[in-house]
Amino acid sequence: MRTVFAKPRTLTDAHTHYCPGCTHGIIHRLVAEVIEELGVQERTVGVASVGCSVLSHRYFNLDMQEAAHGRAPAVATGIKRVLPDRVVFTYQGDGDLASIGTAEIVHAAARGENITVIFVNNGTYGMTGGQMAPTTLVGQVATTTPGGRKTGRDGYPIRVCEMLATLDGTAYTARVTVTDPAAVAKARRAIKKAFQIQLVGKGFSLVEVLSTCPVNWGMTPLEALRWLKENMISYYPLGEFKGGGEVPA
Amino acid sequence: MGDRRLMKGNEALAEAAVRAGCRFFAGYPITPQNEIPEYMSRRLPEVGGTFVQAESEVAAINMLYGASGAGARVMTSSSSPGISLMQEGISYLAAAELPAVIVNMARGGPGLGGIQAAQGDYFQATKGGGHGDYHLIVLLPASIQEMVDLTRLAFELADRYRNPVMLLADAVLGQAMEPVSFVDEPVTEKPFRPWATTGWKGDRPRNVINSLYLEPEELEKLNLRLQKKYAEISAREKRWETVNLDDADVALVAYGTAARICRSAMEKGRAAGLKMGLIRPITGWPFPEQPFEKALALGIKKFLVVEMNYGQMVEDVRLVISGRGQVAFYGRAGGMMPTPAAIVEEVRKLLGRVND
Repeated sequence: MRTVFAKPRTLTDAHTHYCPGCTHGIIHRLVAEVIEELGVQERTVGVASVGCSVLSHRYFNLDMQEAAHGRAPAVATGIKRVLPDRVVFTYQGDGDLASIGTAEIVHAAARGENITVIFVNNGTYGMTGGQMAPTTLVGQVATTTPGGRKTGRDGYPIRVCEMLATLDGTAYTARVTVTDPAAVAKARRAIKKAFQIQLVGKGFSLVEVLSTCPVNWGMTPLEALRWLKENMISYYPLGEFKGGGEVPA
Repeated sequence: MGDRRLMKGNEALAEAAVRAGCRFFAGYPITPQNEIPEYMSRRLPEVGGTFVQAESEVAAINMLYGASGAGARVMTSSSSPGISLMQEGISYLAAAELPAVIVNMARGGPGLGGIQAAQGDYFQATKGGGHGDYHLIVLLPASIQEMVDLTRLAFELADRYRNPVMLLADAVLGQAMEPVSFVDEPVTEKPFRPWATTGWKGDRPRNVINSLYLEPEELEKLNLRLQKKYAEISAREKRWETVNLDDADVALVAYGTAARICRSAMEKGRAAGLKMGLIRPITGWPFPEQPFEKALALGIKKFLVVEMNYGQMVEDVRLVISGRGQVAFYGRAGGMMPTPAAIVEEVRKLLGRVND
């Protein structure tokens, strides 16, 4: 019998703790598939962050380091500088990357640090219970924006891909989502490209994946996917912001 | 080479680190320790190492975490306010049991303070500083030569116990120049660190460097393992120096720059007929009780603790003495130094010989 579909070797057998309807599982799988397809499992070191992905070191079947909140790009810098021939990636959420870790992500990009960042943006602090994130949309309700995010009090959401694309050290940024099979295929291509850019030593690469949080958004998984498509994409447009076109050899 | 040369403290320490096998340094500029990153930025590439100027002390200590986890010998340096920013990362290093050397060329505080030497960071260094139950091994050099020797020791201890080690010096030791010589034998090093995250080929258990334990039973296990290690360090690694205790009526107690001032005070006092000795802890944690027991056994009942702060190590001394003698304190801070004359005056008061 021929196997046509199997779990990537780069994922462990552990059951994940993610909530029903959350897309972390899909994104984990895409990262794992890409690492396996590129044949770099034996020389990849991952960095898990704080937030919903805090246990991702249990799920990726790789050598992993667990970083403090926001510090994953600094930790990844230390690993990559010591082991420049290894593939180093971080897996971070929006609270981690776009709030407490803003300095670390901006400067890792500015240094052109040759690492890959997987940035999962669900517009909320999921793990701590649905507080406002830097990426929470204007008007969006969170536990700390009970009347919806108001710009006068809470400021404006941050577009990370666009911001980092302005830096000379950034080689690649792209925003994708995983709301349907076609979107998943596009996300996979972007993640693969981000790793390929690291493999040819071009510098900092980041893929932002718009994701859902049905529990904290107070929606069913299907409602959450619909809400993402109808509300998030207009503020966070999909596509490549830097380093589009073919992967340079 | 075994060469002897005149060097500034900060540069001598940096050279000692390179010779001890340090191959990764990340740091952020702060006075009075800038000669260390500057020296490392030139010197490390010559030996195949890496220097990164981090965007903050917070990033620097976390770069150390990554690099140490990847198997390198690592060091950072900073001064008091910068060390405060590193405390988060230091707690993580201790929890993940990663070897690292952290240099604090302390200055006056609190807050932004000033840039002159002080010893106000003793509590922060020896009693934690970051969150949770952990200890750093804290080394307290009193000369530039000793700074060189203890830097070498710091890397050995960090490796042996998989624990961060802090060298607590100050602006005087960092900025002064003294003759130093270096040991040339390479530091004992295990070339292979089986726990390092270097990429997994399936030929060993998968390595994960982590400090998160959501199950209380697991977290308690980690804490118990750490406590066992700290007990072992306590039993084996206490270091100190004693001077002129045998015939002393009073023992001065001081570390680092304050201990040097106390030596001058002791000479001055002895010339005036005051029988003064000196106890100098070289490890701040673990704190050495042995020289105090020796002093008590010799019949010394009076101790004068001298610090460049308003009373921190004196608490450790009182704990060891436990009412078996009189523990007095004299300190200046904020960049002001105790003078030998003022220390002798304090000794006269303590011995009831003010009018001699």
